[in-house]
Amino acid sequence: MLEKSPVRRLFCPTLPHGRQDSLPCGRHYGKMISQSLAGKKIAITGSTGFLGTALVERFLRTVPECHLVLIVRPTSKGATERVHKEVIRNDCFDKLRNSLGERFDSYVNERVSAIAGDVTSDGLNLTEQGRELLSQCDIIVHSAAAVSFDSPLDQAIEVNLLGPKRVCETLHTLGHPSRTLPHLVAVSTAYVAGYRRGESWERLLSENFFPPEATWQKEVAAAEHVRADINLKSRTVTNLKKFESLARSELGAAGAPLIARKQERIRQDWVDQQLVEIGKVRAHGLGWPDAYAYTKALGEIALSQVKGDLPVSIVRPSIIESAMSEPQPGWIRGFRMAEPVIISYARGLLNEFPGIPEGIIDVIPVDLVTAAIIAVCAKGKPDTKANSSIPIYQVASGSTNPLRYGSLVVRSQEWFSDNPLYDSYGQPISVPKWSFPGRGRVQRQLTRADTILESAEKISKALPFRNLASKLTTTIDAKRTQAQRALSYVELYGAYTETEAVFRVDNLLALYESLAEEDKKVFCFDPRVIDWDQYVRNVHLPSVVEHARARTSPGKRVSQSRRDRSLAQILNPERKIAAFDLENTLIASNVVEAYLWLSTEKLPLSERIRISSSLLAKAPRLLSLDMHDRGDFLRYFYRYYEGASLSDLTNKSQEMFSALLLARSFPEAIRRVRKHRELGHKTILITGALDFIVEPLAPLFDEVVSAQAQVANGILTGHLLRHPPTGEARAQIIDDYARSLGVSLEDCVSYADSSSDLPMLEVVGFPVAVNADPKLALMAERRGWHRETWRPSPGGSKPILALAPGPIDDESFSIQIREMAQRFQRLSKLASARWSARREKVER
Amino acid sequence: MPRPGFIHEVDSSSPPTLFWHGEGFRLERLPKGSRVLYAPEPLEPLADPTAAIRTSLEHPLGDSKPLSELLFADMKLTIAFDDVSLPLPAMKAPDVRQLVIESVLELAASAGVDDVVLIAALALHRRMTDDELRHALGSRVFDSFAPHGLLLQHDAEDPSALIHLGKTDEGEDVEINKRAAESDLLIYVNINLVAMDGGHKSVATGLASYQSIRHHHNPNTMVNSKSFMDQHHSELHSSNWRMGRLIAKSGVKIFQIESTLNTNTFPESFGFLQKREWEWALKDRAGYIASSKALQKVPGKVARSIFHSIRAPHAMTSVQAGEVEAVHAQTTQNVLKQQNIEVQGQSDILTMGLPFICPYNVNSIMNPILVACLGLGYFFNLYRGKPLVRKGGVVIISHPTRWEFHPVHHPSYIDFFEEVLADTKDPVEIANKYEVSYAQDPWYRHLYRTSYAYHGVHPFYMWYWCAHALDHLSKVIILGGDRKSVERLGFIPASTLTDALEIAKHYVGNDPTITHLHAPPIMMANVS
Repeated sequence: MLEKSPVRRLFCPTLPHGRQDSLPCGRHYGKMISQSLAGKKIAITGSTGFLGTALVERFLRTVPECHLVLIVRPTSKGATERVHKEVIRNDCFDKLRNSLGERFDSYVNERVSAIAGDVTSDGLNLTEQGRELLSQCDIIVHSAAAVSFDSPLDQAIEVNLLGPKRVCETLHTLGHPSRTLPHLVAVSTAYVAGYRRGESWERLLSENFFPPEATWQKEVAAAEHVRADINLKSRTVTNLKKFESLARSELGAAGAPLIARKQERIRQDWVDQQLVEIGKVRAHGLGWPDAYAYTKALGEIALSQVKGDLPVSIVRPSIIESAMSEPQPGWIRGFRMAEPVIISYARGLLNEFPGIPEGIIDVIPVDLVTAAIIAVCAKGKPDTKANSSIPIYQVASGSTNPLRYGSLVVRSQEWFSDNPLYDSYGQPISVPKWSFPGRGRVQRQLTRADTILESAEKISKALPFRNLASKLTTTIDAKRTQAQRALSYVELYGAYTETEAVFRVDNLLALYESLAEEDKKVFCFDPRVIDWDQYVRNVHLPSVVEHARARTSPGKRVSQSRRDRSLAQILNPERKIAAFDLENTLIASNVVEAYLWLSTEKLPLSERIRISSSLLAKAPRLLSLDMHDRGDFLRYFYRYYEGASLSDLTNKSQEMFSALLLARSFPEAIRRVRKHRELGHKTILITGALDFIVEPLAPLFDEVVSAQAQVANGILTGHLLRHPPTGEARAQIIDDYARSLGVSLEDCVSYADSSSDLPMLEVVGFPVAVNADPKLALMAERRGWHRETWRPSPGGSKPILALAPGPIDDESFSIQIREMAQRFQRLSKLASARWSARREKVER
Repeated sequence: MPRPGFIHEVDSSSPPTLFWHGEGFRLERLPKGSRVLYAPEPLEPLADPTAAIRTSLEHPLGDSKPLSELLFADMKLTIAFDDVSLPLPAMKAPDVRQLVIESVLELAASAGVDDVVLIAALALHRRMTDDELRHALGSRVFDSFAPHGLLLQHDAEDPSALIHLGKTDEGEDVEINKRAAESDLLIYVNINLVAMDGGHKSVATGLASYQSIRHHHNPNTMVNSKSFMDQHHSELHSSNWRMGRLIAKSGVKIFQIESTLNTNTFPESFGFLQKREWEWALKDRAGYIASSKALQKVPGKVARSIFHSIRAPHAMTSVQAGEVEAVHAQTTQNVLKQQNIEVQGQSDILTMGLPFICPYNVNSIMNPILVACLGLGYFFNLYRGKPLVRKGGVVIISHPTRWEFHPVHHPSYIDFFEEVLADTKDPVEIANKYEVSYAQDPWYRHLYRTSYAYHGVHPFYMWYWCAHALDHLSKVIILGGDRKSVERLGFIPASTLTDALEIAKHYVGNDPTITHLHAPPIMMANVS
């Protein structure tokens, strides 16, 4: 869509030269940028990020003779692999790739080296080789950062505050003491200015009228403790109990290992959430909108204090957004700050967003930032004399070419009215009109909505109708996620629509003016050239829409639906094993019904009533036992079979197979099992039902794992031979089976209906939730698992109680009565004959 | 004196015509000039069926000796009998089979025969339940045989219980029940409801294996059986006769006992169903209104169970025993005596209302495939000479045709409907592409043998049954049928008879001639 837009094609690939004429002519450097960087080795941190990737590409494409050393946290396959996978393969390099063709790989390999390093450890965790390579570098661009606004405090401090300090200290320890120190270009953010109003100058915060109250050392020391403290706090009895009950309410009877895992995850999330909160509150308290700006600000201060004689420059971009023209208009990496907000808006999900209409929203296209960084690199090392301060370049648009929040919203409204997104029915979505309310009001509304939806979800989960409950719960959950997301956007980004600081760019412009005319064309970073109207309508919004993969054309989608695709994956010959649960997955019946059927077969009515009513009376207890632990429930319930004859049960089971199991089976489920076999998959039935009950189902599967009744002298003892296959044991069974066949669990499919079957679903690559209970439905929806709703055959029987047929049908019953009557007549005749004979005798 | 069949020409004074509609009825006004075919009234039954049976056993037809002379001590005797698919609806106790078998067993007992086994001749039908067996055989017989394992049901998939007797001149495999084939005498107890039943088909199909049955249950045979109710023009009949002769040649001694029933199909309370509408008395009107209103009110399942609990007051009109072909010739005569109706010429449109039952859904659900089979297989073929509807004509069937299947009885039907018919409706293509995989499917085989399922291949036969009609007709319209399932069948759904006739005109032209088959009760049209 992006390529096809005529407006986009018309839009010039380079900057409008016309605008440059209006700029005052400045002093030129003797050398062009590429000349001054020729032969230089430049190290870059954060190259896997948005800015870093753009920077690497820009260096490679426009500065021909420099060599790049990328410092990345290595994956298991090493640093080079990560660089290729996460940086070089990005579409950012398409322009270069197209122009070089087959030579691209060798060109990149020649000019780019990767070394493993980590800015969160002292000494950056470099190898000897890495230290050696880094020591040869002339320039280090430090752009690694935890850019998320809601990072836990300690992580933000590690990366954003201590990161630059660590890079600086490492550079001091490298190489021969007599060598000249390299130039460190640190990327910070304009928002270090925080909540200050008015002009924000390109100087260190410590040089301001109101220097920050906090000292970075104290903040670091406190942060080191805070995680440990919160960790301790998370382990109090009250909290641990709370986490466990949360885990149970979410997973139900999924078995100890999964509950344990879930509980620990909840605890860790809680710790992180607390740290995020603390970060937020601390940042607010000290005058910054969030932990990101706060840690970045202190990072700058720390760097300025430890730098010693290391030449340092700082580049402070504002909100970096999609490229204006380089490498191509609209290029962007990842879904960043404004994008989710824009897309949610376009989808009609954000009815309001706070902000001051006349406030400046300080956005800067990424290519202007990379150009500025390259220019700063090329400018050479700044003065390191004792009293000279660090040169700072703010790359921002607010002071020279402001984009007003109100006009951005109006432009977006107009654009999305002309180019709407489409809903799943293929209808255009109309965008809401924002009235620029205060942040507090929007937050309150959204919080209230969330609370209401939370209660609704609780109610829907408890509904007694499984399918309705599952459907309702997933719908409400989707709505709730939507409300929560909106709330988080407002909380996180609301501050940026209300910033009242104006970022000065005097140093930046002076640097720009000092460039050669040629460089001005190639490395333009003058914010005044941005035509906002053009940028918003023709570059940024189309790019965001494309990246969101949102529907931009009317009509129903012709391509395969997500469901069809996932089904095709499941029914792929590549799969190896398909595991099935029995109850509610293959048949609409359960162990209790089976017992009831077996125990009432051919019994007179009075007995049938007695047995079923005694079982009904115990139903609440059985139900709660089942919800708590399936294994306990089965062990308890199977005691009912004590004293029954196995051969009798086996014979009856054969009848029950037709009358109960098949009659209540889901034809689609059986077809699915057969389909898997047809595809050459091994099928396995895993059920807590007793062996003699599922025996007739065996031909459908390659393997049947069921509960095994203990039998002594042909009589059931009411105990089981071993633990029934429930919960995590099911995962183990699938794993064992997969191992025995030498196949990977990733190639296995698992079908189950209840959250207590979660282990058998989680263990495989392709879980399928069948007729899911609300808890499982919710999990399946969130995790994008395939879902099936299978029904018994329409027209099939579904009596309320699973009673076996009575002794004989009515007609033969009447025959029996008749026979009884005849017998009675015969007997009475006989008796009367005898009686009269005796009387005769007596009389005689 | 029962009246013969009657053809009524609809005029302005004709009352609306009753159409069966599954578990219910419709009253429809047919256009003026339409012909309505009414079955002959029930013949007078035999006054003493038991005596008639005994007489027939002692005075056999053909070159057979009287039964008493064929029985001797130490012999191996097998009595096979028709399964639950006959008669329809199930008859009031005592069932004809009970009467015949009791008479046979009395003779056997007096001859001192000990080794007697009863076999339900299922072919590829579902096994009968104990209740159904008890109903067919009576408690006395059932209780004497079943508990001792002497009451068997033919298993067409048990290799150890089958014997291959050879191939016919046409290369058809003849493989039948081993116990039956190896007995000193095989007595077959038949109920002849329609002209297709009985004769050599009893053993050659009823006790055969899939390997054998496939030779005549296929699209080719069915297209060439015009109709399969008319033995002189039925390829199905010829094939069975070739096999029957081979069975006889290989030394299997068969004593065939065939009986015919009258068309007294419905009990008193449903008397209006076998009367001509203009002759409905107040009682019949009340019966119609009461039953159709009640049926509308109750859920489908209840309506179904009401109908399936009907026990028909069928009564025996003849019984003949002896050599197969001689017996069957007599039987066919007797069937036609009851069912024949002479019809002049074909019409453009044939309308019919289908009842709740066909041979394959006794105590079960009439699924869409069975609807097609009953309409286009059975009813369409109730003719001799020419079909009631001309080549290129249209059949309008009235039936709800719900997307409902019995999960125990018809498992392979469900898959056939979902998979096979979704792909193609052409019987030949279906046979080539899918038949073998369904027929040899181990799961269906398991269900057929151990549960109460029709054989995996059975839905194919139902579809082949329609082959002649599908070949002959230009379109099939289902009146009041579920849209989705009718479309799956490849037919056109219509909500009213007027709509259906309008649609039909598109295929047969304006001003079409119409014949309505007012069945059941069953009749056999001799179309000239």
